[in-house]
Amino acid sequence: MFKYYLQLAVHSLKRYPVLTGLMVLAIAVGIGASMTTLTVMHLLSGNPMPGKSGKLFYAQVDADTDNSYPHKDPLDMLDYRSAMDLWSAHKADRQTLIIDSSVKVVAPDSQLPPLMRTMLSTTSDFFPMFDVPFQYGQAWTAEQGQRHARVAVISAALNRKLFGGANSVGRTLRIRGADVRIVGVLAQWRPSPVFYKVVGGRFGAATNGRFYGDTEDVMMPVGTGIDLNDGHFEPFTCWDLPEHAGHLTHAGCAWVGLWVQLDSPAKVTAYHEFLTHYAQQQKQLGRFTHTDVRLRDLMQWLTFNQVVPPDVKLQTSLAFAFLLICLFNTVGLLLAKFLRRSGEIGLRRALGATRASVFAQCLVEAGLVGVLGGIGGWVLTLVGLWAVRQQPVAYANLAHMDLSMFALTFLLSVLVAVLAGALPAARASRTAPALHLKTL
Amino acid sequence: MTVHPIIAALRRHKAGVILIGLQIALTLAIVCNAVFIIGQRISRVDRPTGINESNLFLVTQQYVGAPSSDTKAGADKLDTMELEDAAALRQLPSVAKVSVISSMPLLNSAWNGGMSTKPQAKSGFKMTTYYFGDQNMLSTLGAQLVAGRDFNAGDVQHAGFRTDAKRPVVIVTQSLAHKLFPNGSALGKTVYMDGSGSPSTIIGIVKRLQTPSTSDWASSFAYDSTLIPTRKDAFFSRYLVRAKPGQMKAAMAAAHDALFKVNPMRVIDDDMGIRSFASIRAEAYKQDVSMAILMGAVCIILLALTAAGIVGLTSFWVGQRTKQIGVRRALGARGIDILRYFQLENLFIAGMGVVVGLLLAIGVNQWLVQHFEMDRMPLGYLFVGVLVVLVLGQLAVFVPARRASRVPPVTATRSV
Repeated sequence: MFKYYLQLAVHSLKRYPVLTGLMVLAIAVGIGASMTTLTVMHLLSGNPMPGKSGKLFYAQVDADTDNSYPHKDPLDMLDYRSAMDLWSAHKADRQTLIIDSSVKVVAPDSQLPPLMRTMLSTTSDFFPMFDVPFQYGQAWTAEQGQRHARVAVISAALNRKLFGGANSVGRTLRIRGADVRIVGVLAQWRPSPVFYKVVGGRFGAATNGRFYGDTEDVMMPVGTGIDLNDGHFEPFTCWDLPEHAGHLTHAGCAWVGLWVQLDSPAKVTAYHEFLTHYAQQQKQLGRFTHTDVRLRDLMQWLTFNQVVPPDVKLQTSLAFAFLLICLFNTVGLLLAKFLRRSGEIGLRRALGATRASVFAQCLVEAGLVGVLGGIGGWVLTLVGLWAVRQQPVAYANLAHMDLSMFALTFLLSVLVAVLAGALPAARASRTAPALHLKTL
Repeated sequence: MTVHPIIAALRRHKAGVILIGLQIALTLAIVCNAVFIIGQRISRVDRPTGINESNLFLVTQQYVGAPSSDTKAGADKLDTMELEDAAALRQLPSVAKVSVISSMPLLNSAWNGGMSTKPQAKSGFKMTTYYFGDQNMLSTLGAQLVAGRDFNAGDVQHAGFRTDAKRPVVIVTQSLAHKLFPNGSALGKTVYMDGSGSPSTIIGIVKRLQTPSTSDWASSFAYDSTLIPTRKDAFFSRYLVRAKPGQMKAAMAAAHDALFKVNPMRVIDDDMGIRSFASIRAEAYKQDVSMAILMGAVCIILLALTAAGIVGLTSFWVGQRTKQIGVRRALGARGIDILRYFQLENLFIAGMGVVVGLLLAIGVNQWLVQHFEMDRMPLGYLFVGVLVVLVLGQLAVFVPARRASRVPPVTATRSV
């Protein structure tokens, strides 16, 4: 029976090729637009550390003594002293500092000119805490970090650029004129967003696409990084200008991020108390004027920073409204088409066809339109994602369809097809046979 | 013609009427808001910078192995190098004017600060962006001075990038002047920057000069610029160059070679090193432009889709009612009466859609205001949207309606 209905459907659709084309195109465009934007949304609002994000927390205390503005939230980063105090207390299961800066890098044994690259000054916990994958070698040890050892871990991209992708562990890198030894090379690693350096997102949400760029090319222990690059650090903000700009360790500037790993809810509570206690103690010492602290987990921190650019959200809402209109359009046209055939349907009913079989026949025709539209929509989604990849945004090269999005596209097509078909089919199956037989 | 038969007929096609009505409503809601967004983006892109944008390009370069600008000797050396560069550029035959400058409008590289009318202020700052450079800044930018005087060579000093030098004279924009001194002229008045105690005198007022930042958070002081006649010495420097008319390309190529001839120990990035102002502008607004294009495309597709839907549905109705049309024609209705019938019917459906659509459009706008910090939509957009949708409906219905009006009266006597 299904095969026969299918033949009828194909025949019926072929009778009005322009109309059929219009319905298929409407569904295809609607699905293409929705799935393109939804894939981008999915990509941008995803969890960069699935399974672990609930244990990773961003700690904030308020060292800013400038009282000319309301301290609604502590600053997005810490001053050097608070960061070092909190980090060296080792009250969390793991803790790591984040300082971002740019450095001039030369590989003495390569012929390449100096490169300006981003450098992350961090601690040895960074790598196990964020499950950073290594291609060669390993991270530096805590002890090496303590004594400011001249060691570095480099990104896969920099390793390719400088050493052609070979194992470069043990080779030398010249950073701001000092030689450091490479101890590890990362495998391809691209958390999306680069969550650990997300700060200040709520101040310029339109440009938050920047959080989806690349990770740093050079990673060094905090002490070593500050030794080598002092004078070139950019503060998040300052309330007390440094004596020599760029030398921030003793200045009233926020420029260090602190991430902690807390494995149980009890530890989270304890760490929050520890932060509060620290802030109160610093206030008593006269160093702080505010005792507000924050301990947001990874996803809360990303939400707080509004990492998904508003333009992307807007486009997604728009695409779904668009799909809805396409759906109305198709339903309306199918309905008119089926009702036009009232006479034919009346005859079938009079000859003994049940309502269910009329419904089934109409649904097959509607479903066929949906399936064709779905296939078109899938193709348009691929085209749409290609278009996104041509956009000048940091996340452009991430825009690919993954398996879950592929499945969702398929599901959405079927859902749209059934929705578009069910109402007209139901309406057509209620055709009263007698009335329409009379008009024949 | 009475509307009674139309309403009676529509009652028999409830589902179809509701669907096409809803489609019109949603289209109206989205098109109004999309056009409003396009309008906002375009007005953002179109706002004037206050400078003469033609024949202007910016050179950004870095010295290799430069001395530290934190020492007096280092800063002096860097300053000499900058002056040599500027002089070399000025000598090019295709170049009209050159200025050493820290940034320029739309470059998105800004040095912001707070200005106050009181010394050592702790609060009550007016946000501003500083442009550091030499006496040629204003004339090379082509910004218009409305009061006071431009800087002269005697005003210009130089200081290391991070060294806090005194700023005895400044030029501010009219917008900033008005914020600082709402009741009267700012010319000759004293201001203090970033809570310092050292006074600066306003010697000139510029009509309009946009700040480098185009991001939302800086929009409250987008025209509050301050010009400071200090060359900031650093390992990098920027030169603003105005080429002679028609010689832009030649000047950009010559600038590159001239700088390397003066001193080869430098890096000029292939893409970002020498940029025309047109490319700086395109870069600053690329997101707004692509959003506006997207919205425009969505509007066109939606309107086309709705029109196609109306054509399709009306065509079916015409087909379905051929016999009735024949009967009406046989009873004396003219072709124009049939045409008017379908046009009026469409107007009726579109009218209902428009009523729902207006409410939806306002609702969508309200939602955008809440979630995307957008402005409230002026009623004009709604008015134009309604007009567009109604006219579109009439145009779409015309083809099938005309076909209906040509149904011959004899159809009534035939079996279908």
